[in-house]
Amino acid sequence: MKRQFVDLHLRLNLKDQKTSQRIIIKAEKLGYSKVGIPNQETFAEQINNLGLQTNIDFVSRIDYRPRNQEDLTRFLRKYRRKYEIVCVQCENKETARQAAKDRRVDLLNFPSLDYHRRFFDKAEAELSSKCQTAFEIDIKPLLVLEGPPRTRLLSMLQREVALALRFHVPIVISSGVFEEKFLRKPRDMASLGLLFGLGEKESLDAVSTNPSTIIDRNREKLSSSFIAPGIKLLKEGK
Amino acid sequence: MKRAKRRYLALQLEVEGIPSEREIMDSIWTAVTKLFGEVGASLTGLTMIKFDVERRIAVIRTSLVSLHSVRASLATITSIAESDASVHVLAVSGTLKALYDRIE
Repeated sequence: MKRQFVDLHLRLNLKDQKTSQRIIIKAEKLGYSKVGIPNQETFAEQINNLGLQTNIDFVSRIDYRPRNQEDLTRFLRKYRRKYEIVCVQCENKETARQAAKDRRVDLLNFPSLDYHRRFFDKAEAELSSKCQTAFEIDIKPLLVLEGPPRTRLLSMLQREVALALRFHVPIVISSGVFEEKFLRKPRDMASLGLLFGLGEKESLDAVSTNPSTIIDRNREKLSSSFIAPGIKLLKEGK
Repeated sequence: MKRAKRRYLALQLEVEGIPSEREIMDSIWTAVTKLFGEVGASLTGLTMIKFDVERRIAVIRTSLVSLHSVRASLATITSIAESDASVHVLAVSGTLKALYDRIE
């Protein structure tokens, strides 16, 4: 079956309609069939306002930087059922651990430039593996950084990806871009996986199968017929 | 001696203005060198085969063993001759004939 490619992190400002339209059209041209757009309050309405005739499937996503565990729990209680993808930007160890063990969190994202705040270590990988929380890698920093900062980032990513593979944590490669010029074809984006130790198949899965699985799972959970994993309402009696 | 296997890549360039073949190759070499160092770059055997100015499609050749490294490096190109640019791989093939068939 032909792979369907997904970019879960297209940082569009839907209020800027012209730029958004251009980027979405380009994403479709490059071969993406699903794109995730973060933090849009009135998502469906704004997508309709763009008036685009595309075959792209839009995925609603929310990114959050919790201050502490309670803040994260409060946030998840409020927003989990409103968005298809929930991504937690881990700024401290406490929230990173809590996010990894909470099944309501889909993606873990770590700051690219602050190496002391990348908490994806063995314990984090073990927790993520149990709850199938995915580890998200944005490629934009790899395109804009040069020299020692990029070398340091690659070194961190190699260590983290090795841990993710060892503990079977799903890896998702996203663009994380808000400018057209940094958009890449899905296979080109996947080829960057080689730089941090992913094989060819694993890289392609990171831009297709892994994000698609998360979207399908959450869409099923968010549908009105969902009761529990494996149980869904087929028909209501009178 | 066993003949080294090669791969041909068709690249779609998105760049303002028309860069020369030399400028395109310079930016590719720079990207490969930055990621894999001078020794790594020297093993790629990169060569420009053809540049279609109108369609902005460049055809390059590389060794099969360094195909993945070259592809990753191409994705990191953000400028050609000091203009913002991106490079997308349109097709990869073992022969020029098959490559041209695919991009026609």
